[in-house]
Amino acid sequence: MATNVYLPEPMRIVRRFNLISDVRFFQVRPLAMDRALSLDYLPGQFMIVSLPGIGEAPFSISSTPSRPGLIEFGIRNVGVLTEQLFKLKENEIIGVRGPYGNGFPISKFEKKDLIIVVGGLGAVPLRSLLLYTLDNRDRFGKIYFLYGARRPNEMLFLNEFLELKGRDDLNCLLSVDKDDTGKWTENVGVVTTLFKHLKGINPNNTYATVCGPPVMYKFVIDELLKLGIPKHQILMTLERRMHCGVGKCGHCVIGSIYTCMDGPVFSHWDVLHMKDLI
Amino acid sequence: MKVLKLQKRNLNSYLESLRVFGEIYGPVRKDEKYIYGQLDDLDKLDLRMLRTILPVKKFLVPPKFNTFSFEGYTYKPELEKIPRRVIFGVHPCEIHGLLILDKFFLERFPDPYYQERRKNTAILGLSCVPDEKCFAKSTGTHFVESGFDLAFNELQDFYLVWVGSSLGDDLVRLRLDLFEEDIKERDLHEYMKWRSWRDSQYKLKLDMTGMPDIMELNYNSPIWKKFGDKDLSCGACSMVCPTCPCYNVRDQLKPVGNSGERQRHWDSCMFKPFAVVAGGHNFRENRAERVKLWYTHKLKAFITEFGKPACVGCGRCIDTCPVDINIKTVVTALKGV
Repeated sequence: MATNVYLPEPMRIVRRFNLISDVRFFQVRPLAMDRALSLDYLPGQFMIVSLPGIGEAPFSISSTPSRPGLIEFGIRNVGVLTEQLFKLKENEIIGVRGPYGNGFPISKFEKKDLIIVVGGLGAVPLRSLLLYTLDNRDRFGKIYFLYGARRPNEMLFLNEFLELKGRDDLNCLLSVDKDDTGKWTENVGVVTTLFKHLKGINPNNTYATVCGPPVMYKFVIDELLKLGIPKHQILMTLERRMHCGVGKCGHCVIGSIYTCMDGPVFSHWDVLHMKDLI
Repeated sequence: MKVLKLQKRNLNSYLESLRVFGEIYGPVRKDEKYIYGQLDDLDKLDLRMLRTILPVKKFLVPPKFNTFSFEGYTYKPELEKIPRRVIFGVHPCEIHGLLILDKFFLERFPDPYYQERRKNTAILGLSCVPDEKCFAKSTGTHFVESGFDLAFNELQDFYLVWVGSSLGDDLVRLRLDLFEEDIKERDLHEYMKWRSWRDSQYKLKLDMTGMPDIMELNYNSPIWKKFGDKDLSCGACSMVCPTCPCYNVRDQLKPVGNSGERQRHWDSCMFKPFAVVAGGHNFRENRAERVKLWYTHKLKAFITEFGKPACVGCGRCIDTCPVDINIKTVVTALKGV
């Protein structure tokens, strides 16, 4: 018999620390090194974390497959499972299965310019894509990374992204809705206020990826459409309730599709065509 | 396909011989209704049954079962305890329901639990005569060509028995002495006569061609609110539907230690919390949206994916829904007739 698709694989927590007050970074790895190195995935895919006695929940992968060995997640403490997960320390074991989902169509991005637009927690899956493209820089055109958070202390991976500002092969634009620290040196305003820095975009040669809170999509997509980017080249990753990850339990169903298998990455055209996606 | 004859008087002796394969189940009376019950005594078999409360899916996807037992983070799949069973009296529409579940559970990401149960469950079909709630002729599910091990077609004094699988062939060989291989011309005539008589018995007709387009046109239709307003969110339609596969997962800890079981149990998209995500947002907050999803999945999604609706015309939703939200009332309302 083939492997049981629902069987969680034991992984060890290698490192964990808070990214912001309620979002924690978890670095995990399969116990065996050869397995850790061969575990492959795509930016935009997710895995299902399993805690015995608690249950399972899906989480976006934040690391890049171009740096094998460790899988990274950025997890907000909002549910029953995450509450338990936050009690775990380095070297403790959790169950993980996957990767699941379609992920980003990386091969279509090749030689194209890329605009990555992030709001809040959306940084988790899109960091995977950003790091992947930077690790394979020669395969892609210009890269713009636009990240908006409510406040400086709510921006995930802040130092990492500030450091990326020093690179000349990336346009890294950060913004907060409100600066309550008085020390913020970047843009202030919602993420769409960063669009004025996008100059000379060749829309047909550009893909855009968006992930953030539901309210953000409409405004960001309007901006991207104003730039003339075709609807099928605007991609977003969506959230739904999931139990199985393999199109069986039915919880993530939207009309004709299963978010866990057919998504979570959808194009703006999919959204218009299939309805109910966002 | 091999076809044999079995005299009706020999049915019970034949079924008795199948106990070497596994436990025998078939239609038995339960109060006013019928269920698939265990036949430790074959006299309990009641072939007047037209429609059981729960479909045969309850054997392939049980209402509740353990997927794993765990001790700490070591998970052990619970696949050994799956019993071998013979289910007799499964009507054609139900076998079509199994074919849909097969596609769903065995194609992309095969489900090992369904796979093992399907392997361990012998499906013995039986022909039927429809009532006013059956419309399997409209859904093209009133005859079967696959999905069963044996299929019994009842005629006056005997059954014509179609052998549909290698397991079915093994089961026939257990009492080959009871079967006749020689199908006579008059048998064929009797069968053809029965076929056209039975076709004429389908009083309920529900044409489902074009449903994806019709669903699309009704996306903003007020009918959803109308159905939503009277919907009870009881989920009974999902429980009795031969093709509804949705489930929930729950861990059950033993009182001491860190061991327990991971359980899977039936769920329904008609239940309010079905699409709630961590943090509390509900993607289908109101009843109208949930009713719409149920029918979108049956009448649009499945046709898009598998080329036919996920409705086999069994009439269970018509028989079960306390407020008359069923495939008949919904399709009729969608077509505006």
